[in-house]
Amino acid sequence: MADVSYRELSLNGLWKNNPAIVQLLGLCPLLAVTGSVVNSVGLGLATTLVLVCSNTAVSLIRNVVSEAVRLPVFVMIIASAVTCIELLMQAFTYELYQILGIFLPLITTNCVILGRADAFASKNPLLPAVYDGFIMGVGFTLILVMLGALRELVGTGALFANMDLLFGPGAAEWKIVLVADYKDFLLAILPPGAFIFTGLIIAAKNLIDAKFKARQDALKEQPVKGAKRVRLTGNIS
Amino acid sequence: MALMRITSPHAHGPLTTAAVMRTVLLATLPGLVALTYFFGFGTLVNILWGGVVAVVCEATALRLRKRPLGFYLNDASALVTATLLGIALPPYAPWWLIIVGVAFAILIGKHLYGGMGYNPFNPAMVGYVVLLISFPLEMTTWAAPAGINPTGTPGLLQALQACFTPASIDVTTMATPLDLLKQNQSLLLEDLWVQNPQFGRWAGLGWEWANIGFLAGGIWLLYKRIFTWHAPVAMLVSMTLLAALFYDGGSSASAGSPLFHLLSGATMFGAFFIVTDPVTSAVSNRGRLVYGAAIGVLVFVIRVWGDYPDAIAFSVLIMNFAAPFVDYYTQPVTYGHRKDGDPES
Repeated sequence: MADVSYRELSLNGLWKNNPAIVQLLGLCPLLAVTGSVVNSVGLGLATTLVLVCSNTAVSLIRNVVSEAVRLPVFVMIIASAVTCIELLMQAFTYELYQILGIFLPLITTNCVILGRADAFASKNPLLPAVYDGFIMGVGFTLILVMLGALRELVGTGALFANMDLLFGPGAAEWKIVLVADYKDFLLAILPPGAFIFTGLIIAAKNLIDAKFKARQDALKEQPVKGAKRVRLTGNIS
Repeated sequence: MALMRITSPHAHGPLTTAAVMRTVLLATLPGLVALTYFFGFGTLVNILWGGVVAVVCEATALRLRKRPLGFYLNDASALVTATLLGIALPPYAPWWLIIVGVAFAILIGKHLYGGMGYNPFNPAMVGYVVLLISFPLEMTTWAAPAGINPTGTPGLLQALQACFTPASIDVTTMATPLDLLKQNQSLLLEDLWVQNPQFGRWAGLGWEWANIGFLAGGIWLLYKRIFTWHAPVAMLVSMTLLAALFYDGGSSASAGSPLFHLLSGATMFGAFFIVTDPVTSAVSNRGRLVYGAAIGVLVFVIRVWGDYPDAIAFSVLIMNFAAPFVDYYTQPVTYGHRKDGDPES
Protein backbone atom coordinates (compact mmCIF):
# COMPACT_ATOMS: atom_id res chain seq x y z
CA MET A 1 0.00 0.00 0.00
CA ALA A 2 2.71 2.40 -0.93
CA ASP A 3 0.71 4.73 -3.11
CA VAL A 4 -2.52 5.57 -1.32
CA SER A 5 -5.11 7.49 -3.24
CA TYR A 6 -6.91 9.99 -1.05
CA ARG A 7 -9.88 9.83 -3.36
CA GLU A 8 -10.15 6.11 -2.74
CA LEU A 9 -9.79 6.67 1.01
CA SER A 10 -12.58 9.23 1.03
CA LEU A 11 -14.89 7.05 -1.03
CA ASN A 12 -14.21 4.13 1.31
CA GLY A 13 -14.80 6.06 4.49
CA LEU A 14 -17.91 7.86 3.38
CA TRP A 15 -19.65 5.25 1.28
CA LYS A 16 -18.12 2.01 0.02
CA ASN A 17 -16.69 0.86 3.33
CA ASN A 18 -18.60 3.09 5.72
CA PRO A 19 -17.82 1.91 9.25
CA ALA A 20 -21.41 2.13 10.46
CA ILE A 21 -23.52 0.73 7.65
CA VAL A 22 -21.11 -1.49 5.72
CA GLN A 23 -18.59 -2.75 8.23
CA LEU A 24 -21.30 -2.60 10.92
CA LEU A 25 -18.68 -1.69 13.50
CA GLY A 26 -19.33 0.34 16.61
CA LEU A 27 -22.99 -0.68 16.71
CA CYS A 28 -23.18 -0.32 20.48
CA PRO A 29 -22.93 3.49 20.58
CA LEU A 30 -24.74 3.65 17.25
CA LEU A 31 -27.77 1.99 18.75
CA ALA A 32 -27.57 3.39 22.24
CA VAL A 33 -27.06 7.13 22.03
CA THR A 34 -28.53 8.20 18.70
CA GLY A 35 -31.82 9.24 20.24
CA SER A 36 -31.33 12.85 19.19
CA VAL A 37 -29.17 14.91 16.87
CA VAL A 38 -27.19 16.53 19.65
CA ASN A 39 -26.19 13.20 21.18
CA SER A 40 -25.20 11.88 17.76
CA VAL A 41 -23.09 14.91 16.90
CA GLY A 42 -21.40 14.81 20.30
CA LEU A 43 -20.53 11.16 20.12
CA GLY A 44 -19.60 11.38 16.45
CA LEU A 45 -17.17 14.24 17.04
CA ALA A 46 -15.65 12.47 20.03
CA THR A 47 -15.20 9.27 18.02
CA THR A 48 -13.67 11.16 15.11
CA LEU A 49 -11.18 12.91 17.38
CA VAL A 50 -10.21 9.62 18.99
CA LEU A 51 -9.84 8.01 15.56
CA VAL A 52 -7.52 10.73 14.34
CA CYS A 53 -5.40 10.70 17.51
CA SER A 54 -5.11 6.94 17.67
CA ASN A 55 -4.35 6.57 13.96
CA THR A 56 -1.65 9.22 14.28
CA ALA A 57 0.01 7.53 17.24
CA VAL A 58 -0.30 4.03 15.82
CA SER A 59 1.13 5.09 12.48
CA LEU A 60 4.09 6.78 14.18
CA ILE A 61 5.08 3.73 16.19
CA ARG A 62 4.16 1.15 13.56
CA ASN A 63 7.76 0.08 12.96
CA VAL A 64 8.67 -0.14 16.64
CA VAL A 65 5.87 -2.34 17.99
CA SER A 66 6.25 -6.05 17.40
CA GLU A 67 3.44 -8.07 15.86
CA ALA A 68 2.83 -10.06 19.05
CA VAL A 69 2.00 -7.18 21.38
CA ARG A 70 0.42 -4.80 18.90
CA LEU A 71 -3.17 -5.16 20.07
CA PRO A 72 -2.58 -4.29 23.74
CA VAL A 73 -0.41 -1.38 22.67
CA PHE A 74 -3.12 -0.09 20.32
CA VAL A 75 -5.77 -0.40 23.00
CA MET A 76 -3.56 1.53 25.45
CA ILE A 77 -3.14 4.30 22.90
CA ILE A 78 -6.86 4.42 22.18
CA ALA A 79 -7.72 4.43 25.87
CA SER A 80 -5.39 7.36 26.47
CA ALA A 81 -6.96 9.30 23.61
CA VAL A 82 -10.44 8.53 24.92
CA THR A 83 -9.49 9.69 28.41
CA CYS A 84 -8.26 12.99 26.98
CA ILE A 85 -11.49 13.51 25.02
CA GLU A 86 -13.56 12.58 28.04
CA LEU A 87 -11.76 15.13 30.23
CA LEU A 88 -12.17 17.76 27.53
CA MET A 89 -15.90 17.11 27.26
CA GLN A 90 -16.20 17.14 31.02
CA ALA A 91 -14.60 20.59 30.98
CA PHE A 92 -16.44 22.18 28.09
CA THR A 93 -19.74 20.33 27.49
CA TYR A 94 -20.59 18.98 30.91
CA GLU A 95 -24.32 18.34 30.32
CA LEU A 96 -23.65 16.40 27.15
CA TYR A 97 -20.92 14.51 28.98
CA GLN A 98 -23.52 13.46 31.52
CA ILE A 99 -26.05 12.44 28.86
CA LEU A 100 -23.57 10.33 26.92
CA GLY A 101 -22.47 8.77 30.21
CA ILE A 102 -20.84 5.37 29.92
CA PHE A 103 -20.74 5.56 26.13
CA LEU A 104 -17.86 8.03 26.18
CA PRO A 105 -15.37 5.74 27.96
CA LEU A 106 -16.81 2.91 25.88
CA ILE A 107 -15.42 4.54 22.74
CA THR A 108 -12.26 2.66 23.75
CA THR A 109 -13.93 -0.59 22.87
CA ASN A 110 -15.49 0.75 19.67
CA CYS A 111 -14.37 -1.68 16.99
CA VAL A 112 -14.11 1.04 14.37
CA ILE A 113 -11.12 2.54 16.13
CA LEU A 114 -9.19 -0.65 16.82
CA GLY A 115 -10.14 -1.90 13.38
CA ARG A 116 -8.71 1.16 11.61
CA ALA A 117 -5.63 1.12 13.83
CA ASP A 118 -4.87 -2.48 13.04
CA ALA A 119 -6.03 -2.67 9.44
CA PHE A 120 -4.79 0.66 8.16
CA ALA A 121 -2.71 2.86 10.47
CA SER A 122 -0.27 0.12 11.46
CA LYS A 123 0.64 -0.46 7.80
CA ASN A 124 0.64 3.06 6.39
CA PRO A 125 2.65 6.27 6.75
CA LEU A 126 1.47 9.13 8.87
CA LEU A 127 -0.49 11.31 6.47
CA PRO A 128 -2.70 8.67 4.90
CA ALA A 129 -3.32 7.20 8.37
CA VAL A 130 -4.44 10.55 9.76
CA TYR A 131 -6.65 11.16 6.74
CA ASP A 132 -8.13 7.67 6.99
CA GLY A 133 -8.95 8.21 10.67
CA PHE A 134 -10.56 11.54 9.86
CA ILE A 135 -12.66 10.34 6.94
CA MET A 136 -13.77 7.15 8.70
CA GLY A 137 -14.81 9.30 11.65
CA VAL A 138 -16.74 11.59 9.36
CA GLY A 139 -18.47 8.64 7.72
CA PHE A 140 -19.40 7.26 11.14
CA THR A 141 -20.59 10.67 12.33
CA LEU A 142 -22.74 11.20 9.24
CA ILE A 143 -24.60 7.97 9.84
CA LEU A 144 -24.93 8.74 13.55
CA VAL A 145 -26.41 12.15 12.77
CA MET A 146 -28.74 10.76 10.11
CA LEU A 147 -29.96 8.13 12.56
CA GLY A 148 -30.26 10.68 15.35
CA ALA A 149 -32.25 13.03 13.14
CA LEU A 150 -34.60 10.28 11.99
CA ARG A 151 -35.19 9.03 15.51
CA GLU A 152 -35.64 12.49 16.94
CA LEU A 153 -38.04 13.45 14.17
CA VAL A 154 -40.18 10.33 14.42
CA GLY A 155 -39.87 10.10 18.17
CA THR A 156 -40.62 13.67 19.20
CA GLY A 157 -41.76 15.49 16.06
CA ALA A 158 -38.94 18.03 16.41
CA LEU A 159 -35.33 18.43 15.29
CA PHE A 160 -32.16 19.89 16.81
CA ALA A 161 -33.48 20.07 20.35
CA ASN A 162 -30.96 20.93 23.10
CA MET A 163 -28.22 21.82 20.66
CA ASP A 164 -26.98 24.36 23.23
CA LEU A 165 -25.44 21.45 25.13
CA LEU A 166 -22.80 21.26 22.43
CA PHE A 167 -22.67 24.62 20.70
CA GLY A 168 -23.22 27.06 23.53
CA PRO A 169 -26.29 28.99 24.67
CA GLY A 170 -26.83 30.60 21.26
CA ALA A 171 -27.82 27.23 19.83
CA ALA A 172 -30.81 26.88 22.13
CA GLU A 173 -32.93 28.53 19.45
CA TRP A 174 -32.07 25.94 16.82
CA LYS A 175 -34.88 23.61 17.77
CA ILE A 176 -37.38 23.16 14.95
CA VAL A 177 -40.79 21.83 15.93
CA LEU A 178 -42.13 20.22 12.78
CA VAL A 179 -45.35 18.85 14.19
CA ALA A 180 -47.03 20.70 17.01
CA ASP A 181 -48.94 18.59 19.55
CA TYR A 182 -46.96 15.52 18.61
CA LYS A 183 -47.49 12.46 20.77
CA ASP A 184 -44.06 11.11 21.54
CA PHE A 185 -43.51 7.91 19.58
CA LEU A 186 -41.47 6.15 22.24
CA LEU A 187 -40.49 3.21 20.06
CA ALA A 188 -38.30 5.41 17.85
CA ILE A 189 -36.42 6.74 20.86
CA LEU A 190 -36.08 3.36 22.55
CA PRO A 191 -33.43 0.90 21.29
CA PRO A 192 -35.81 -0.95 18.89
CA GLY A 193 -36.12 2.29 16.93
CA ALA A 194 -32.35 2.37 16.50
CA PHE A 195 -32.36 -1.17 15.12
CA ILE A 196 -35.24 -0.49 12.75
CA PHE A 197 -33.84 2.77 11.40
CA THR A 198 -30.32 1.34 11.03
CA GLY A 199 -31.83 -1.48 9.02
CA LEU A 200 -33.74 0.95 6.84
CA ILE A 201 -30.62 3.07 6.22
CA ILE A 202 -28.63 -0.03 5.24
CA ALA A 203 -31.46 -1.08 2.94
CA ALA A 204 -31.50 2.36 1.34
CA LYS A 205 -27.74 2.19 0.76
CA ASN A 206 -28.02 -1.24 -0.82
CA LEU A 207 -30.85 -0.02 -3.02
CA ILE A 208 -28.79 2.93 -4.26
CA ASP A 209 -25.81 0.62 -4.88
CA ALA A 210 -27.98 -1.81 -6.85
CA LYS A 211 -29.47 0.99 -8.95
CA PHE A 212 -26.00 2.40 -9.63
CA LYS A 213 -24.65 -1.00 -10.61
CA ALA A 214 -27.58 -1.67 -12.90
CA ARG A 215 -26.95 1.63 -14.66
CA GLN A 216 -23.24 0.85 -15.05
CA ASP A 217 -24.01 -2.59 -16.45
CA ALA A 218 -26.50 -1.12 -18.88
CA LEU A 219 -23.86 1.32 -20.09
CA LYS A 220 -21.34 -1.47 -20.55
CA GLU A 221 -23.66 -3.64 -22.59
CA GLN A 222 -24.41 -1.01 -25.18
CA PRO A 223 -23.10 -2.20 -28.53
CA VAL A 224 -20.14 -0.32 -29.88
CA LYS A 225 -21.10 1.98 -32.67
CA GLY A 226 -20.17 0.80 -36.10
CA ALA A 227 -19.61 -2.81 -35.09
CA LYS A 228 -20.69 -5.25 -37.73
CA ARG A 229 -22.54 -8.47 -37.28
CA VAL A 230 -20.40 -11.53 -37.70
CA ARG A 231 -21.54 -13.75 -40.52
CA LEU A 232 -21.81 -17.30 -39.41
CA THR A 233 -22.39 -19.02 -42.70
CA GLY A 234 -21.05 -18.66 -46.14
CA ASN A 235 -17.69 -17.42 -47.25
CA ILE A 236 -16.15 -14.44 -45.69
CA SER A 237 -14.34 -12.63 -48.37
CA MET B 1 -59.42 -52.75 -20.39
CA ALA B 2 -58.21 -49.23 -20.14
CA LEU B 3 -57.90 -48.06 -16.56
CA MET B 4 -58.11 -44.46 -15.77
CA ARG B 5 -54.80 -43.40 -14.33
CA ILE B 6 -55.14 -40.87 -11.59
CA THR B 7 -52.23 -39.88 -9.47
CA SER B 8 -52.46 -38.63 -5.95
CA PRO B 9 -53.57 -36.37 -4.33
CA HIS B 10 -57.08 -37.67 -4.80
CA ALA B 11 -58.92 -35.36 -2.46
CA HIS B 12 -58.89 -31.71 -3.18
CA GLY B 13 -59.27 -29.42 -0.22
CA PRO B 14 -61.66 -26.61 -0.94
CA LEU B 15 -59.66 -24.38 1.38
CA THR B 16 -57.79 -21.55 -0.22
CA THR B 17 -56.08 -18.83 1.76
CA ALA B 18 -58.90 -16.49 0.90
CA ALA B 19 -61.53 -18.96 2.13
CA VAL B 20 -59.66 -19.49 5.39
CA MET B 21 -59.34 -15.77 5.94
CA ARG B 22 -63.03 -15.17 5.25
CA THR B 23 -63.95 -17.94 7.68
CA VAL B 24 -61.75 -16.40 10.35
CA LEU B 25 -63.34 -13.00 9.76
CA LEU B 26 -66.80 -14.55 10.14
CA ALA B 27 -65.77 -16.34 13.31
CA THR B 28 -64.90 -13.07 15.03
CA LEU B 29 -68.55 -12.02 14.78
CA PRO B 30 -69.96 -13.41 18.07
CA GLY B 31 -67.16 -11.85 20.09
CA LEU B 32 -67.49 -8.64 18.13
CA VAL B 33 -71.21 -8.47 18.81
CA ALA B 34 -70.57 -8.88 22.53
CA LEU B 35 -67.84 -6.20 22.49
CA THR B 36 -70.13 -3.81 20.63
CA TYR B 37 -73.05 -4.50 22.94
CA PHE B 38 -71.05 -3.78 26.07
CA PHE B 39 -68.54 -1.15 24.93
CA GLY B 40 -70.32 0.52 22.03
CA PHE B 41 -69.23 0.97 18.44
CA GLY B 42 -65.59 1.74 19.22
CA THR B 43 -64.23 -1.65 18.23
CA LEU B 44 -66.18 -1.65 14.97
CA VAL B 45 -64.80 1.76 14.07
CA ASN B 46 -61.31 0.48 14.93
CA ILE B 47 -61.79 -2.40 12.53
CA LEU B 48 -63.30 -0.38 9.70
CA TRP B 49 -60.68 2.37 9.80
CA GLY B 50 -57.94 -0.21 10.38
CA GLY B 51 -59.20 -2.16 7.36
CA VAL B 52 -58.95 0.88 5.10
CA VAL B 53 -55.41 1.62 6.33
CA ALA B 54 -54.44 -2.04 5.97
CA VAL B 55 -55.58 -2.28 2.36
CA VAL B 56 -53.74 0.93 1.46
CA CYS B 57 -50.55 -0.28 3.18
CA GLU B 58 -50.82 -3.74 1.62
CA ALA B 59 -51.33 -2.30 -1.87
CA THR B 60 -48.41 0.11 -1.43
CA ALA B 61 -46.11 -2.64 -0.18
CA LEU B 62 -47.16 -5.02 -2.97
CA ARG B 63 -46.57 -2.36 -5.60
CA LEU B 64 -43.14 -1.54 -4.20
CA ARG B 65 -42.26 -5.22 -4.10
CA LYS B 66 -43.62 -5.74 -7.63
CA ARG B 67 -46.01 -8.48 -6.54
CA PRO B 68 -49.41 -9.13 -8.17
CA LEU B 69 -51.80 -6.74 -6.49
CA GLY B 70 -55.12 -8.48 -7.10
CA PHE B 71 -53.94 -11.92 -6.05
CA TYR B 72 -52.64 -10.83 -2.66
CA LEU B 73 -55.35 -8.31 -1.89
CA ASN B 74 -58.04 -10.88 -2.63
CA ASP B 75 -56.82 -13.27 0.05
CA ALA B 76 -58.02 -10.74 2.66
CA SER B 77 -55.07 -11.42 4.94
CA ALA B 78 -54.52 -7.69 5.39
CA LEU B 79 -58.13 -7.35 6.50
CA VAL B 80 -57.67 -10.17 8.99
CA THR B 81 -54.61 -8.44 10.45
CA ALA B 82 -56.56 -5.19 10.72
CA THR B 83 -59.54 -6.94 12.30
CA LEU B 84 -57.44 -8.75 14.88
CA LEU B 85 -55.57 -5.56 15.75
CA GLY B 86 -58.82 -3.58 15.83
CA ILE B 87 -60.31 -6.01 18.33
CA ALA B 88 -57.17 -5.93 20.48
CA LEU B 89 -56.97 -2.12 20.56
CA PRO B 90 -59.03 -0.25 23.14
CA PRO B 91 -62.36 0.94 21.72
CA TYR B 92 -62.40 4.63 20.74
CA ALA B 93 -58.72 4.66 19.84
CA PRO B 94 -57.74 7.85 17.96
CA TRP B 95 -57.23 7.60 14.20
CA TRP B 96 -53.45 8.11 14.27
CA LEU B 97 -53.00 5.31 16.79
CA ILE B 98 -54.71 2.90 14.41
CA ILE B 99 -52.68 4.15 11.43
CA VAL B 100 -49.39 3.66 13.27
CA GLY B 101 -50.36 0.20 14.51
CA VAL B 102 -51.74 -1.15 11.25
CA ALA B 103 -48.97 0.39 9.13
CA PHE B 104 -46.32 -1.07 11.40
CA ALA B 105 -48.02 -4.47 11.37
CA ILE B 106 -48.39 -4.65 7.59
CA LEU B 107 -45.27 -2.85 6.39
CA ILE B 108 -42.66 -3.86 8.95
CA GLY B 109 -44.22 -6.88 10.66
CA LYS B 110 -45.25 -8.56 7.42
CA HIS B 111 -43.79 -7.20 4.20
CA LEU B 112 -40.24 -6.44 5.33
CA TYR B 113 -39.96 -10.09 6.31
CA GLY B 114 -41.14 -11.31 2.91
CA GLY B 115 -44.90 -10.92 3.04
CA MET B 116 -47.70 -13.42 3.44
CA GLY B 117 -46.43 -16.68 4.89
CA TYR B 118 -42.89 -15.52 5.61
CA ASN B 119 -43.42 -13.37 8.69
CA PRO B 120 -41.84 -14.86 11.82
CA PHE B 121 -44.03 -12.73 14.10
CA ASN B 122 -47.77 -12.33 14.20
CA PRO B 123 -48.25 -8.96 12.44
CA ALA B 124 -51.27 -7.89 14.49
CA MET B 125 -49.40 -8.54 17.72
CA VAL B 126 -46.30 -6.71 16.44
CA GLY B 127 -48.50 -3.68 15.78
CA TYR B 128 -50.14 -4.02 19.19
CA VAL B 129 -46.86 -4.22 21.11
CA VAL B 130 -45.37 -1.29 19.20
CA LEU B 131 -48.36 0.79 20.22
CA LEU B 132 -48.35 -0.49 23.78
CA ILE B 133 -44.75 0.48 24.47
CA SER B 134 -44.95 3.71 22.46
CA PHE B 135 -48.26 5.12 23.65
CA PRO B 136 -48.94 3.53 27.04
CA LEU B 137 -51.56 6.11 28.01
CA GLU B 138 -53.77 5.68 24.95
CA MET B 139 -53.36 1.91 25.02
CA THR B 140 -54.37 1.32 28.62
CA THR B 141 -57.59 3.32 28.87
CA TRP B 142 -60.59 1.10 28.25
CA ALA B 143 -64.19 2.25 27.90
CA ALA B 144 -66.63 1.56 30.71
CA PRO B 145 -68.99 -1.37 30.03
CA ALA B 146 -72.69 -0.91 29.39
CA GLY B 147 -74.86 -1.02 32.50
CA ILE B 148 -72.42 0.81 34.73
CA ASN B 149 -71.36 3.51 32.29
CA PRO B 150 -72.71 6.76 33.78
CA THR B 151 -72.83 8.50 30.39
CA GLY B 152 -74.41 5.58 28.57
CA THR B 153 -72.86 3.45 25.85
CA PRO B 154 -71.56 5.66 23.03
CA GLY B 155 -73.36 5.30 19.72
CA LEU B 156 -71.92 5.04 16.23
CA LEU B 157 -71.67 8.80 15.74
CA GLN B 158 -69.85 9.28 19.02
CA ALA B 159 -67.54 6.41 18.15
CA LEU B 160 -66.61 8.04 14.85
CA GLN B 161 -66.10 11.34 16.62
CA ALA B 162 -63.84 9.72 19.22
CA CYS B 163 -61.77 8.16 16.45
CA PHE B 164 -61.36 11.08 14.06
CA THR B 165 -61.59 14.14 16.31
CA PRO B 166 -60.33 12.72 19.61
CA ALA B 167 -60.18 16.15 21.29
CA SER B 168 -63.88 16.86 20.82
CA ILE B 169 -65.30 14.05 22.94
CA ASP B 170 -64.60 12.28 26.18
CA VAL B 171 -65.47 8.63 26.43
CA THR B 172 -65.94 7.42 29.98
CA THR B 173 -63.18 5.02 30.86
CA MET B 174 -62.81 2.63 33.76
CA ALA B 175 -60.17 0.34 35.15
CA THR B 176 -60.53 -3.16 33.72
CA PRO B 177 -61.00 -6.16 36.03
CA LEU B 178 -57.41 -7.25 35.34
CA ASP B 179 -56.19 -3.79 36.40
CA LEU B 180 -58.30 -3.86 39.54
CA LEU B 181 -57.15 -7.29 40.55
CA LYS B 182 -53.53 -6.31 39.99
CA GLN B 183 -53.87 -3.20 42.15
CA ASN B 184 -55.82 -4.98 44.86
CA GLN B 185 -53.85 -4.89 48.10
CA SER B 186 -56.16 -5.66 50.96
CA LEU B 187 -59.57 -6.91 49.81
CA LEU B 188 -60.72 -10.49 49.74
CA LEU B 189 -61.74 -11.42 46.23
CA GLU B 190 -65.35 -11.72 47.37
CA ASP B 191 -65.35 -8.11 48.62
CA LEU B 192 -63.51 -6.93 45.55
CA TRP B 193 -66.26 -8.40 43.39
CA VAL B 194 -68.97 -6.76 45.51
CA GLN B 195 -67.33 -3.33 45.59
CA ASN B 196 -66.49 -3.08 41.90
CA PRO B 197 -69.38 -3.63 39.49
CA GLN B 198 -66.91 -4.06 36.61
CA PHE B 199 -66.26 -7.62 37.74
CA GLY B 200 -69.68 -8.79 36.59
CA ARG B 201 -70.63 -12.34 37.44
CA TRP B 202 -67.40 -14.25 36.86
CA ALA B 203 -64.67 -12.29 35.19
CA GLY B 204 -65.81 -8.83 34.24
CA LEU B 205 -68.97 -7.24 32.95
CA GLY B 206 -68.70 -7.39 29.19
CA TRP B 207 -65.38 -9.21 29.12
CA GLU B 208 -66.89 -12.53 30.12
CA TRP B 209 -69.39 -12.34 27.27
CA ALA B 210 -66.82 -11.16 24.75
CA ASN B 211 -64.63 -14.07 25.77
CA ILE B 212 -67.52 -16.51 25.48
CA GLY B 213 -68.24 -15.05 22.04
CA PHE B 214 -64.68 -15.57 20.88
CA LEU B 215 -64.75 -19.07 22.39
CA ALA B 216 -67.86 -19.84 20.30
CA GLY B 217 -66.21 -18.46 17.17
CA GLY B 218 -63.11 -20.50 17.93
CA ILE B 219 -65.07 -23.70 18.37
CA TRP B 220 -66.78 -23.06 15.03
CA LEU B 221 -63.35 -22.62 13.39
CA LEU B 222 -62.23 -25.87 15.02
CA TYR B 223 -65.32 -27.58 13.62
CA LYS B 224 -64.50 -26.17 10.17
CA ARG B 225 -60.98 -27.57 10.62
CA ILE B 226 -59.26 -24.24 10.07
CA PHE B 227 -56.74 -25.23 12.74
CA THR B 228 -56.07 -28.16 15.06
CA TRP B 229 -57.05 -28.14 18.72
CA HIS B 230 -53.54 -28.56 20.06
CA ALA B 231 -52.26 -25.02 20.56
CA PRO B 232 -55.40 -23.34 21.95
CA VAL B 233 -56.30 -26.22 24.26
CA ALA B 234 -52.73 -26.48 25.54
CA MET B 235 -52.71 -22.76 26.24
CA LEU B 236 -56.02 -22.79 28.11
CA VAL B 237 -55.10 -25.91 30.08
CA SER B 238 -51.71 -24.64 31.20
CA MET B 239 -53.27 -21.34 32.20
CA THR B 240 -56.06 -23.05 34.13
CA LEU B 241 -53.60 -25.27 35.97
CA LEU B 242 -51.44 -22.33 37.02
CA ALA B 243 -54.48 -20.29 38.02
CA ALA B 244 -55.83 -23.18 40.10
CA LEU B 245 -52.44 -23.51 41.78
CA PHE B 246 -52.27 -19.84 42.79
CA TYR B 247 -55.96 -19.23 43.49
CA ASP B 248 -55.70 -19.97 47.25
CA GLY B 249 -59.46 -19.72 47.72
CA GLY B 250 -59.76 -15.97 47.21
CA SER B 251 -57.54 -14.19 49.74
CA SER B 252 -56.34 -10.65 49.11
CA ALA B 253 -53.12 -12.09 47.71
CA SER B 254 -54.99 -14.42 45.38
CA ALA B 255 -54.09 -14.35 41.72
CA GLY B 256 -57.71 -14.85 40.69
CA SER B 257 -59.73 -17.97 39.98
CA PRO B 258 -59.15 -20.12 36.90
CA LEU B 259 -62.53 -19.03 35.54
CA PHE B 260 -61.54 -15.39 36.00
CA HIS B 261 -58.38 -15.88 33.98
CA LEU B 262 -60.14 -17.87 31.27
CA LEU B 263 -62.84 -15.27 30.74
CA SER B 264 -61.06 -11.97 31.26
CA GLY B 265 -58.78 -9.88 29.14
CA ALA B 266 -58.01 -11.32 25.73
CA THR B 267 -57.72 -14.97 26.78
CA MET B 268 -60.20 -16.60 24.38
CA PHE B 269 -59.48 -14.14 21.57
CA GLY B 270 -55.78 -14.91 21.94
CA ALA B 271 -56.26 -18.65 22.26
CA PHE B 272 -58.37 -19.09 19.13
CA PHE B 273 -57.43 -16.19 16.86
CA ILE B 274 -53.82 -15.33 17.66
CA VAL B 275 -52.13 -18.48 18.95
CA THR B 276 -53.57 -20.51 16.06
CA ASP B 277 -51.88 -18.43 13.35
CA PRO B 278 -50.43 -21.15 11.08
CA VAL B 279 -47.48 -19.05 9.90
CA THR B 280 -45.96 -18.02 13.19
CA SER B 281 -46.73 -21.00 15.42
CA ALA B 282 -44.92 -24.29 15.76
CA VAL B 283 -45.64 -26.76 12.96
CA SER B 284 -46.12 -30.28 14.30
CA ASN B 285 -48.97 -31.27 16.61
CA ARG B 286 -46.57 -32.04 19.45
CA GLY B 287 -44.82 -28.74 18.79
CA ARG B 288 -48.12 -26.90 18.96
CA LEU B 289 -48.88 -28.46 22.34
CA VAL B 290 -45.58 -27.13 23.68
CA TYR B 291 -46.03 -23.78 21.95
CA GLY B 292 -49.56 -23.26 23.27
CA ALA B 293 -48.74 -24.42 26.79
CA ALA B 294 -45.77 -22.06 27.00
CA ILE B 295 -47.95 -19.15 25.92
CA GLY B 296 -50.48 -20.03 28.62
CA VAL B 297 -47.75 -20.06 31.27
CA LEU B 298 -46.27 -16.78 30.05
CA VAL B 299 -49.64 -15.03 29.97
CA PHE B 300 -50.37 -16.04 33.54
CA VAL B 301 -46.90 -15.15 34.80
CA ILE B 302 -46.94 -11.70 33.18
CA ARG B 303 -50.52 -11.03 34.28
CA VAL B 304 -49.86 -11.91 37.90
CA TRP B 305 -46.22 -10.95 38.48
CA GLY B 306 -45.41 -8.69 35.55
CA ASP B 307 -45.91 -4.99 34.96
CA TYR B 308 -48.70 -5.30 32.40
CA PRO B 309 -52.29 -6.27 33.21
CA ASP B 310 -52.69 -8.49 30.14
CA ALA B 311 -50.03 -10.31 28.25
CA ILE B 312 -51.32 -12.17 25.22
CA ALA B 313 -49.30 -10.06 22.77
CA PHE B 314 -46.02 -10.31 24.65
CA SER B 315 -46.39 -14.03 25.25
CA VAL B 316 -47.28 -14.74 21.64
CA LEU B 317 -44.31 -12.71 20.36
CA ILE B 318 -41.90 -14.44 22.75
CA MET B 319 -43.13 -17.83 21.58
CA ASN B 320 -42.98 -16.70 17.93
CA PHE B 321 -39.26 -16.25 18.58
CA ALA B 322 -39.12 -19.71 20.08
CA ALA B 323 -41.26 -21.51 17.48
CA PRO B 324 -38.31 -22.69 15.32
CA PHE B 325 -36.63 -23.94 18.48
CA VAL B 326 -39.78 -25.83 19.48
CA ASP B 327 -39.99 -27.24 15.95
CA TYR B 328 -36.39 -28.43 16.14
CA TYR B 329 -37.05 -30.54 19.22
CA THR B 330 -40.51 -31.81 18.26
CA GLN B 331 -39.80 -32.95 14.75
CA PRO B 332 -42.13 -35.87 14.03
CA VAL B 333 -40.54 -39.19 13.13
CA THR B 334 -40.85 -39.83 9.43
CA TYR B 335 -42.75 -42.98 8.51
CA GLY B 336 -40.28 -45.81 8.11
CA HIS B 337 -37.62 -44.17 10.24
CA ARG B 338 -36.64 -44.76 13.82
CA LYS B 339 -36.62 -42.08 16.45
CA ASP B 340 -32.92 -41.35 16.10
CA GLY B 341 -33.45 -40.55 12.46
CA ASP B 342 -31.69 -43.59 10.99
CA PRO B 343 -33.62 -45.62 8.46
CA GLU B 344 -34.79 -48.94 9.89
CA SER B 345 -32.59 -51.77 8.81
